[in-house]
Amino acid sequence: MSESEVDRVTLEGVYVVSDDVVAREIEGEVVIVPLAAGVGDADDELYTLNDTAIAVWRRLDGQRSLRDVVALVCDEFEVRPDEAAEDVLGLVGELARRGIVVRVPGA
Amino acid sequence: MRRVAGAFPDASSRLAALEIELTERCDNDCIHCCIDLPAGDAAAAAREMTTSEASGLLDQAADLGCLQVRFTGGEPLLRDDFEELYLYARRLGMRVLLFTNARRLGDDAGRLGGASDDGEAARGRARTGERLADLLARVPPLVPVEVSVYGMRPESYEAVSRRPGSFAQARHGLERLLERRVPVVVKAALLPPNRGEMHDLETWARETVGMTQPVTYAMAFDLRQRRDDPVKDAEIAALRVAPDELAAVLARDRDSWRAAMSDVAARLLGPPGDVLFACGAACATGRSVTIDAYGRAQPCGYVRAPDLTVDVIGRDGRPAASLAEAVERFAGLGELRAGDPEYLRRCARCFLKGLCEQCPAKSWTEHGTLDKPVEYLCAVTHAQARLAGWLQEDEKGWSCPDWRDRVAAS
Repeated sequence: MSESEVDRVTLEGVYVVSDDVVAREIEGEVVIVPLAAGVGDADDELYTLNDTAIAVWRRLDGQRSLRDVVALVCDEFEVRPDEAAEDVLGLVGELARRGIVVRVPGA
Repeated sequence: MRRVAGAFPDASSRLAALEIELTERCDNDCIHCCIDLPAGDAAAAAREMTTSEASGLLDQAADLGCLQVRFTGGEPLLRDDFEELYLYARRLGMRVLLFTNARRLGDDAGRLGGASDDGEAARGRARTGERLADLLARVPPLVPVEVSVYGMRPESYEAVSRRPGSFAQARHGLERLLERRVPVVVKAALLPPNRGEMHDLETWARETVGMTQPVTYAMAFDLRQRRDDPVKDAEIAALRVAPDELAAVLARDRDSWRAAMSDVAARLLGPPGDVLFACGAACATGRSVTIDAYGRAQPCGYVRAPDLTVDVIGRDGRPAASLAEAVERFAGLGELRAGDPEYLRRCARCFLKGLCEQCPAKSWTEHGTLDKPVEYLCAVTHAQARLAGWLQEDEKGWSCPDWRDRVAAS
């Protein structure tokens, strides 16, 4: 995904985990492993998520909009909606830039 | 989001690394090799784990938190289902460390040794080589492919591999990986046919393969893992590089060798006592397991003592344990104590033990017991210590009470 596409990450967007990565849960930690070449900044890099990022990650199901994800995160964590929205957009933007999640077309 | 680069977060997993010997068969017949059955050994092939058995073990390993598998052999690419198993492991989120001679990746460059050929078969193998290389480019293993190199010329390489055409085929396979920018590390075995080629090899590894680290050389060749061929064992032992020469090769880049020895001195020196698995390696904690081609789990590829082997695939009416049960069993190895009198007199009291390759695995391949000193490894270690200035000629590491002062002064 290009920088301009990432810049367009909005709360109306719907995202799903890319088929080019594998996510593993190990002892409560989510580890994201590139499967196809070109995912991430380098082919030997892995990513792990913190607790709030895991909460977002699990809701990127290709059905919910990021606005719905923000609402669910606010329900789960004591966080203001504007702060949650900023965090979700930042995280999804970072994941999308690395090709770890992709936007569902037309959603 | 936290990024983890170049290291796997394995501290919390019960099984940090799995090794699977996919086959003991190999398309080379190397003069120094400790595990190579003929490529066409149908009986061995028939006994090997099936695809579903191997993938089932990968599932179990993933459930234990394993994020890395090493596929080795024999030559693992001889398995017709290699691509399937590779993809299976990668889809489980594992990185795959592949040990190969690269011949099958380039197998339109020449004939498999001794095999008859026809055009159709050759074309099929070419497709296989390209397909394998394409797969490794498309779905990267996440760790460099480790390719064994036996010489820089056909004459030297094939004097080691004993397979005509193997040099060109392996080079072609390696080139296919490099063309596709698949990261590669080459490893060498220092043997009489290639002894004069170190400079050429290292230049090629640096400039063509793109290695940034020095080439590593196998020099202290291990005897047969299965202890099945005394004649071959004698041949292997005769090929071992003389201890002083081996030490000189290790120290060929004096600055980096000094740095490595300083690191050893800071972390590993000191008499270990009678703890058998004294090095603290993952094999002594159950966090690393090797499974042989027939579904038997071992603490490492060399420790094949029957009482340290766990069947994780049921065969011939034998029940199978789970991989978790094998891990649990191996987790207790750190409690084992040495009983061999020579070991207790020497190794247990030797301040060089942390530098020495003596371990239960080496003892097993050499003597068939877990705790008997391997004289060659002892000689190699003492040669390094002399080169470092820690010992004088004829001094021994187990009778050197002022070893700390000597190391500090060197």
